[in-house]
Amino acid sequence: MENIKTFLSHFFVTGDPMIYGADASIALVSVAIVFVLTYFKKWKWLWREWLTTVDHKRIGIMYIIAALLMLFRGGVDALMMRTQLALPNMHFLNSEHYNQVFTTHGTIMIIFVAMPFIFGLMNIAVPLQIGARDVAFPFLNAVSFWLFFFGAMLFNLSFVIGGSPDAGWSSYAPYAGAELNPGVGQNYYLIGVQISGIGSLATGINFLVTIAKMRAPGMTLFKMPLFTWSILITSIIVIFAFPAFTVALALMTIDRLFGAHFFTIASGGSPMLWANLFWFWGHPEVYIVLLPVFGIFSEVIATFAHKALFGYVVMIWSMIAISVLSFLTWLHHFFTMGNTAPVNAFFSLSTMLIAIPTGVKIFNWLFTLNKGRIEFTTPMLWALAFIPNFTVGGVTGVMLAMAPADYQYHNSDFLVAHFHSTLIAGTVFGVFCGLHYWWPKMFGYLLNEKLGKWSFWIFMISYNICFMPMYFLGLMGMTRRMYTYPAGLGWGPINFIITIGAFGMGLGFTIMAANIIWSAIHGKRDTTGDPWDGRTLEWSTSSPAPEYNFAHIPVVSTRDAFEAMKEEERKGVKRRQLPFEPIHMPNNSGIPFIMSAFFFVAGFGFVFEWYWMGIPGLIGIVICLLARSFVYNDHHHIPTDEIERTERAAGRFS
Amino acid sequence: MQEHKNTAVESEPAGFPWKQVIGLILSLALTFLALWIAVGLSLPVHVTLTLIVGLAVIQALIQLFMFMHVLEGTDTSHQILGLIFGIFVAFAMVAGTLWIMYFTL
Repeated sequence: MENIKTFLSHFFVTGDPMIYGADASIALVSVAIVFVLTYFKKWKWLWREWLTTVDHKRIGIMYIIAALLMLFRGGVDALMMRTQLALPNMHFLNSEHYNQVFTTHGTIMIIFVAMPFIFGLMNIAVPLQIGARDVAFPFLNAVSFWLFFFGAMLFNLSFVIGGSPDAGWSSYAPYAGAELNPGVGQNYYLIGVQISGIGSLATGINFLVTIAKMRAPGMTLFKMPLFTWSILITSIIVIFAFPAFTVALALMTIDRLFGAHFFTIASGGSPMLWANLFWFWGHPEVYIVLLPVFGIFSEVIATFAHKALFGYVVMIWSMIAISVLSFLTWLHHFFTMGNTAPVNAFFSLSTMLIAIPTGVKIFNWLFTLNKGRIEFTTPMLWALAFIPNFTVGGVTGVMLAMAPADYQYHNSDFLVAHFHSTLIAGTVFGVFCGLHYWWPKMFGYLLNEKLGKWSFWIFMISYNICFMPMYFLGLMGMTRRMYTYPAGLGWGPINFIITIGAFGMGLGFTIMAANIIWSAIHGKRDTTGDPWDGRTLEWSTSSPAPEYNFAHIPVVSTRDAFEAMKEEERKGVKRRQLPFEPIHMPNNSGIPFIMSAFFFVAGFGFVFEWYWMGIPGLIGIVICLLARSFVYNDHHHIPTDEIERTERAAGRFS
Repeated sequence: MQEHKNTAVESEPAGFPWKQVIGLILSLALTFLALWIAVGLSLPVHVTLTLIVGLAVIQALIQLFMFMHVLEGTDTSHQILGLIFGIFVAFAMVAGTLWIMYFTL
């Protein structure tokens, strides 16, 4: 009895009223979900239509729902930190809890918010933009999503079961090692992130092949929409950067679980090697979450300026230059670790070089706006706000890139303000922009403009209230990851202002969430498929796009293919109505979900070093792989009368 | 007129996948050989390192030729660009790491 008690008190996180609150709310939400699904008899629907789907559009929607939920969790983490720092000597969180909160905030925001948001939007838009009917490997796409999902769930479990990681999102050795950080928290980080990382790598491969092989006839590389280009380049970075992280995570897992010494000084290991490997992935990762939003902004700015994008080819070469340079800058994250002067000088220069192609892109967007007929819709507002706000982040980045100056800025709140300027004004503005832009294509209705503008203005102004003062706070000497500070340093008022800004961003996000719910009921339906007068192929099909995307694969002859088609129609060129042909589509499969669930079981076992649970989990994964190998009948054809019915219902066949 | 089908993957020709099976056996053999050199023999450290790096390069080539379709495909420029970028990244990582960590060695 006593044994069970001690086990349970270690297994569940105890002693903090906020954690008990979380326990209770998790239990309530789970019961509510089960109740709703059972009451409305939706279990079968959930399994058939969603959990087993291989449709890129549905997978994209699931990615975005998961990302929004994780954004809520990461946002609550941020608000907890800001509450703790609002006043000097606060006693809202203790130091240990604060460490866990900033660790999960960072990890969740990068790996379980930014990445799935990007993956979700590319799943929805890329196949439609290139005129394809799905991605190259639809089954693998479902595997990617479910691995991400179960990896995220495993990571999130840590705060109620076993305890959260607390070594920062970068999880530096030696502190993250077994000796200084016993317990299961770091194991959750290593294994949860590893599982979702396998999914990310597979997504990179999938979209590279999709874009290389499945473009509509006539769409040569330099006729692709810019968002598709950005995803092509991002996929290449994913493929080459993620293996470094996979290896680093695996080595540290071996250190922690099996007592190896890759990252401990004892027995000849090197803690610095962790920082080196981590940032060899970590810096390209910044561009993995930034280049796609550059693509989104290019689409949105061209659409709402009603002009072709200025400098299309230069935009592409800038992105290619960024992708190459992104692999040559990783040391700037640890200039102060004691490298030799030539090393710091080289990485200082390579970092500053990235400002050139990025600056070129900024000017191209400005020139696209020049003499355009600008329409201030919600997505356009996010795109316009991105340009100045992101530039601040970019310029402070160049300041940080100067190695001697970095000795002053390093680990101060100046740095924190800098990377939030790039990641919020870049990635977050970008995915919100893309979300509003492609929402009608996903669901068939528009988000409300009035609520959208309210959420935009509140979020954008609050973002500036939050992060502009933080630069000065950093210059005044406040370092990152401090859980409290004494009165009398002059930091109190600035911290209070920052906290107000943080809650304002929370309010902006809440309005956006309310907008999603309100518009689902009252939102304007999109019956044309082209609510924004778009230029690229995704707007040429109905909203939401049918299962097969295009009844006829479009034939492309120019850039901005849909704009050209509309131009022809205006000139009165009639398009011939071709007869439908049966469409070849992949079958749904439950294996991705079940296999990822086994990954979760195995991961949970290894987190607690329960090999009786971990090894059966691994065997389950192998059985799923074998089961998939013997599936011979993996596709079906949609008959022509069904296509005709669908097209007629969408008003596209008469 | 036959409409463009727009699928990336043609169904594989039937037949026993000898290439993959041989590749698998070779990969396993090389991995265990490396393990045996590192654990089973007590050679000087730099000899051990040289031998297992050599085995790793052979392993990489086997992966490229047996599993990664390096000789297949219709467009060789894709393969060449991919290989060049891969070699660039590998070089940046290995040479960069050695250069950065040199002062600790």
